[in-house]
Amino acid sequence: MAAAEGISPQFRTGDRVAVRAAYPIGHVRTPYYIRGKHGVIERLCGAYGNPEELAYARPGLPKQPLYRVRFLQREIWPAYEGNPADTVDVEIFQHWLQPD
Amino acid sequence: MPHDHDHPHDHDHRHGHDQPHRHPARPDQDDTITQWRAMEIAVRELLIDKGILSAEEVRRQVEEMDNRTPLQGARVVARAWTDPEYKKLLLSDGNAACEALGMEGGPYKLVVVENTEQVHNVIVCTLCSCYPRWLLGLPPDWYKSRNYRSRAINEPRDVLREFGTAVPDQVTVRVHDSTADMRYLVLPKRPAGTEGWAEEKLAALVTRDSMIGVAFAQNP
Repeated sequence: MAAAEGISPQFRTGDRVAVRAAYPIGHVRTPYYIRGKHGVIERLCGAYGNPEELAYARPGLPKQPLYRVRFLQREIWPAYEGNPADTVDVEIFQHWLQPD
Repeated sequence: MPHDHDHPHDHDHRHGHDQPHRHPARPDQDDTITQWRAMEIAVRELLIDKGILSAEEVRRQVEEMDNRTPLQGARVVARAWTDPEYKKLLLSDGNAACEALGMEGGPYKLVVVENTEQVHNVIVCTLCSCYPRWLLGLPPDWYKSRNYRSRAINEPRDVLREFGTAVPDQVTVRVHDSTADMRYLVLPKRPAGTEGWAEEKLAALVTRDSMIGVAFAQNP
């Protein structure tokens, strides 16, 4: 596997996923509020350097598949008062996702 | 003429016009050297000293940044409203759609989300202030505020109401958190009563806020 080509995508649009409930120290682009939550892959965005490495001037390779994942507001905030169909879409790197 | 002092304006001026009316001096806005500012200046001066950048290049880049305005985004939206083929391209490949109008494609992948009768989209960057600057210029201060960044994500309907934007209950509100390498543009709904309008006239209805999703396009 050539590092520059990145890691192959593990999920497809429509797959159910869970975000890892992990709390490592460092520059992490997975917001706190979404960790441990369950959603559905909206699309694969492509492969991008891992920001957790890039932030420290390391190459960030191999590139990680990046997805847009759709969550129901009520899944994230149980007390959400708007339309139950309201959603939040978040960009999440593959190494933060696991099959659900 | 408005002035800066904070005494009430219904006072009488008996103290008078025979003596100078002293207003407290307004503090300069540019005299605070924060840690980050000091670091920026130090790095910039080093880059210039080492010949990696010139002061002129830095100035030109700042000028270029300041010259970008939401007019670019408005052109894209107005074209999508009038040309179904272009709209298809915009929704599938935002960067190519920018280039198709002779504009810069942009340094990030552009995701365009369409407002419809069923869905209203709102953009936020909860982690910082990611924003499609090549289409909209610099982000407004409120977009970078902790208030907007924390509330748009979990009470978007309240935030929209505070912006004067009433999204009906039955319409789905879809918030997009710009957390990584995508940048987002909302394609607002074309206002009623604009049938047959030319692109340039339509573009004037497309405001910055309507492309962030906190407002609708203006009505004619």
